[in-house]
Amino acid sequence: MNTDELYQEILLQHSRRPRNHGPLENPTHRADGHNALCGDELSVELRIVDDKLEAVRFQASACAICTASGSLMTGAVTGLKSEEAGALAGDFRKLATTGEVAPAIESLTALRALGAVHRFPQRVKCATLAWETFSAAIREGSVSPS
Amino acid sequence: MNDVERLRREFPFLEGENPLAYLDNGASTQKPRAVIERMRNFAGHEYANVHRGIHELSEQATAVYEAARERARSFFNAATAESIVFTRGTTEAVNLVAFAWGGQNVKSGDTILLTEMEHHSNMVPWQQLAARTGATIKYVPVLENGEGLDLDASRTLLAERPRIFAFTHISNTMAVENPVKDLCLLARENGVSTLIDAAQSAAHIPVDVEEIGCDFLVCSAHKMCGPTGIGILYGRREILETMPPWQFGGEMVDRVEFGGAKFRPTPARFEAGTPAIIESAGLHAALDFVDSVGLEKIAAHSSALAEYAAEKLRSLPGVRVFGPKSSRAHLVTFTVEGVHAHDLAFFCNDRRVAIRAGHHCAQPLMRKLGAPASARASFHFYNTPAEADQLMDAIAEAIRFFNP
Repeated sequence: MNTDELYQEILLQHSRRPRNHGPLENPTHRADGHNALCGDELSVELRIVDDKLEAVRFQASACAICTASGSLMTGAVTGLKSEEAGALAGDFRKLATTGEVAPAIESLTALRALGAVHRFPQRVKCATLAWETFSAAIREGSVSPS
Repeated sequence: MNDVERLRREFPFLEGENPLAYLDNGASTQKPRAVIERMRNFAGHEYANVHRGIHELSEQATAVYEAARERARSFFNAATAESIVFTRGTTEAVNLVAFAWGGQNVKSGDTILLTEMEHHSNMVPWQQLAARTGATIKYVPVLENGEGLDLDASRTLLAERPRIFAFTHISNTMAVENPVKDLCLLARENGVSTLIDAAQSAAHIPVDVEEIGCDFLVCSAHKMCGPTGIGILYGRREILETMPPWQFGGEMVDRVEFGGAKFRPTPARFEAGTPAIIESAGLHAALDFVDSVGLEKIAAHSSALAEYAAEKLRSLPGVRVFGPKSSRAHLVTFTVEGVHAHDLAFFCNDRRVAIRAGHHCAQPLMRKLGAPASARASFHFYNTPAEADQLMDAIAEAIRFFNP
């Protein structure tokens, strides 16, 4: 069944209890993303110190795949340099659209479970929204200190 | 064999051992054999361009196209066939009125009245008109949980004499049937023009433009068992006659010179370019088909199925059903606590039930009701209680899967 192929247990766990979900104190970057097709909404907040992703949190009103992807994304990029995280976002995009596993994500088992979406074209955006929003936050989401 | 089973045999889509339970009729309906065959025959043996050839084939094709217009007239009980303009669909029909009528009649400082339960296609064209002209848009509010329109508010807002009141006959999300006749009367008493979005009502309940008393009414063939690419704008003839054209080209011109052109009267002036000719034959067959089933019967059948589904859904844990407590139209929109609509629809699809998930092209309303995404099952005369049960089983199973 498609359901079992898409909703692997590890993803259901992350969607029920997403990690790093909620607002971030003193973010340096933030961005909002949405999926026009289904109305999913997601925001990402980052704190970058000396080019390092010190903290990454997200908030979503979204489907299980989108929420799980947000949870896994925050875990995967926290602690990386922004350039490393950008490369990982590219690898993830390839995974979600083609199923291809780049060397950098070979060991990230839970993240790899999201690769199943490439077989369901309508769900690819669900998996990529968190990463796209994360990339937008780094690229153009600089928050001026209040 | 009962009526529904007999009707189902008219739809190639429903053939076979285990057909999909198609509960997305609010988005579009399946096509009966009569419509498919009519379009095939017309395209294969009777086709030519219309309103231009001297040859016999073009004359016959023109007769088919104009017969479809006459059939639409009788279907909606319009006074004259000149009141029926063919468009690409509901969306284009609203845009036509917003451009052609709106451009002439809406000025800076005027108000355009809509309701909060409008589909984007009866909202965005008016927002754009307001932006072009400096007019203001006001909305009749929706009652709590989408139970209906706030009719007291509509009275107050109509008394402020907006230029036009454009509103839906049946809400595509809330399953509410608005009291169109009363609202049009109230509008008329205040000198307000009216446009009815009949996209959801046209093949579900009897729609009689004379009885409703509206100035404009719009709908799409593809939601009426007809083809995509053709829709209907009904307009009172005396109003259409005062409206300028909105698109320009062949078909709609009376006389063209290098220095300019004169335009034909309605409906031709609003049908620039080669129209949807094959689709007009399909639309004609669809209207015949829907009429032969009987609109009173369709209304009773699909609304009973929606009531049944709503009742069953309410019995499931964490389910919120939107819309009226009684007199539900042919659909039911709902949310499940802890399970996103997108996941529900995917899960249902795996159990061969097709439902809609998302904002249903009514984003502002769904946001106001605190449900940016919801699931919707919408029924038609070929759906059965067994299909509603299939939906319930899938939703109950989804709740156990996602919320163990």
